[in-house]
Amino acid sequence: MPRTNDVGGLDGFGPVVEELDEPPFHHDWEAHVMAMNRALIGRRIYNLDEFRDAVERTMSHESSYYENWFRAIRTLLKEKGVV
Amino acid sequence: MSDDHDDSPIAAQVRDLEALLEAKGLIDPRELDQVLEAFAAKASPANGFRVVARAWVDEGFRERLLAGANDALPELGLSMGGGLQPQVLHVVENTEDVHNVIVCTLCSCYPLSLLGPSPTWYKSTAYRSAVVSRPREVLEQFGFDLPQDTQIRVWDANAESRYMVLPRRPDGTDELTEAELAALVTRNGLIGTAAV
Repeated sequence: MPRTNDVGGLDGFGPVVEELDEPPFHHDWEAHVMAMNRALIGRRIYNLDEFRDAVERTMSHESSYYENWFRAIRTLLKEKGVV
Repeated sequence: MSDDHDDSPIAAQVRDLEALLEAKGLIDPRELDQVLEAFAAKASPANGFRVVARAWVDEGFRERLLAGANDALPELGLSMGGGLQPQVLHVVENTEDVHNVIVCTLCSCYPLSLLGPSPTWYKSTAYRSAVVSRPREVLEQFGFDLPQDTQIRVWDANAESRYMVLPRRPDGTDELTEAELAALVTRNGLIGTAAV
């Protein structure tokens, strides 16, 4: 069964909405999540494939992109007994 | 990194986790600053614009770029090795008959170093779901109408590969310098949701 993230060709997600002059991050915490993830991968707490897998299995279409990232990071840290 | 005065629940959760990881010695706030600075310095669409302009003025570079972009980028001081893992870049060229569009249907794979931070719409389920089955309709949502007889090719990136579109050089630009040509290119042109 395809995972939730596998949306290619599906209908029903509405029109594409473009935000003009969009900043790289909309909130400071999003930048922190991105940097935290790179640092944890850099420290080999988990690797990029594990992170990608965690995003794909824990993501929600109701959450924003970086909310999904944060959920994946917390899931991995919990599973690995780090926190 | 700027001070975070955001009081939303998620901002607080991120702060808490960061403090916990810091207390365990697993992250260092200075390291996070460096990560963000490096990201901001390296990930810029200006890099992609330079690549396109060079390909427009230098036929040999264009051929090398299309044959193997990873080997051609160092000619401009660029590389695909700056991220968490090396990526193979495929540059796909628009012609009179074929227009290319890039997507990552599974998530958000994107050539950050050449296109800068990806826009939210590129990562949205709306774009990822529809552009592979109804590309013409999606391009129209960007105000981009292609001739009906133009074939649209959609390239789906994955963990090991990235795509970038080489737009067609606009007519009437023979007199422009390479820098002036680079200034014509847009981020959406490199994705394929704009002509240039």
